[in-house]
Amino acid sequence: MDSIVSWLTLLGFGDKGWGDELLRGALLSVEISISAYIVGLALGLAGALAKLSKRRTAVFVAVAYTTIIRSIPDILIIFLVYYTATDAVRSVVTFTGLASEFQINGFVAATLSLGIVQGGYSTEVLRGAIAAIPRGQAEAAHALGLTRRQTFFLVTLPQMIPLALPGLGNLWLVVLKESSLVSLIGFTELVLAGKMAAGATRAYFPFYCAIALVFLVMSSLSAMLFHALETSTVKTGRRR
Amino acid sequence: MTEFGQYLASQLLAGIQTTVILFVGCALVGNLLAIPVALARLSAKAWLRYPAVAFILAFRGTPLLVQLYLCYFGVGQLLAGVPSIRYSPLWPMLRGAYCYAFLTLSLNTAAYCGEIWRGAIQSIPDGQREAGQSLGLSKTRIMISVLLPQAFRLALPAIGGQNILLLKGTALASTITVFELMGAANLVRAQTFRVYEPLFAAALGYFLLAVLVTTGFGFFERRLARRY
Repeated sequence: MDSIVSWLTLLGFGDKGWGDELLRGALLSVEISISAYIVGLALGLAGALAKLSKRRTAVFVAVAYTTIIRSIPDILIIFLVYYTATDAVRSVVTFTGLASEFQINGFVAATLSLGIVQGGYSTEVLRGAIAAIPRGQAEAAHALGLTRRQTFFLVTLPQMIPLALPGLGNLWLVVLKESSLVSLIGFTELVLAGKMAAGATRAYFPFYCAIALVFLVMSSLSAMLFHALETSTVKTGRRR
Repeated sequence: MTEFGQYLASQLLAGIQTTVILFVGCALVGNLLAIPVALARLSAKAWLRYPAVAFILAFRGTPLLVQLYLCYFGVGQLLAGVPSIRYSPLWPMLRGAYCYAFLTLSLNTAAYCGEIWRGAIQSIPDGQREAGQSLGLSKTRIMISVLLPQAFRLALPAIGGQNILLLKGTALASTITVFELMGAANLVRAQTFRVYEPLFAAALGYFLLAVLVTTGFGFFERRLARRY
């Protein structure tokens, strides 16, 4: 009984508890996941369009990108992006003489490295959704005199969203869990906050259980949200 | 070859060896465990179904990194507090990170592959089971000879993808001090202050291993397709 009471004190809010630190970490985890998800979607859309285009170099670059992302551990890519991106930005800044000492923002570095990984996975989901739309749709748009940009935004995009939604839901769950990896490049999200709390109090088991539980709640809520989104898009489709 | 190059190569080769052992071991245990997990998940008995649902939910709903930390630091610390385990002959093994990495990665694979198996078993038409029944086969016989072989063919592509994820997941074992390929690269990086060479070399190593695993599964799939 005693140990349970002391665990609750440790996880509680206030001076003796680490609850507020963990909550702040959880919020940062969600923020980093959302920003990496958006970066990933942008990269994925570019990658999908490149893969479906007729330009050979674009296809080659996109295929190389997805192949590399899908066969190398994410943590290795995060390390590589983190070091190369920070080095590149730092050398540019010092070369132009803007500042002699420069440190890239941790949030930006984490978003970039996680987003590049995420982009590789989104490419495949979005490519599949675009490819599933009949060619006749694009031809009809062409016959109506729409420009290629209008065709994409008015014809292709609205039709591909319901097709891509299950895949996009999975991707969100993936990025939410992958956000734990940026703790390894020193970004204080939920896992690193919990790790520090566990190290300081030497109560490893309760803190790691708490972290796991928070992730479980976040991913269950997300899964419910995406399930609701899917059923609502299916319904509107049927009504037409 | 320079001194640094030799040092890097020797460290990474040792790391690759550990990665391969960890991957093959966890793939065997995880994939074999996946079938009972899927069958329990599909069982009509609540005492079998609910534990399987909880197991799958727990492992699929939390990050692998947290699972590794919880298992190594959390459970490891609890075990250290039990005197009968602390002073048992098993302790030297339980103290090291290796067995915790092995356990976590195997159970993680079992949960993800179990869900793949469940989907495959469910998508087999009910007529197959009914045909087995009308032939007078027992329930176990129907499962082993009729449903599972067909489910295996359906599940194989997804299982291949899951095993690639397992290969990539072994890289996280370095976070709990297992010196596989990623851990070896980090060690060289810390000792020589050279960032890019060890990381790019490790990336190349993982790339080649992934190609090997993908080719293996592709070969397996084609052979199965030919037989039926």
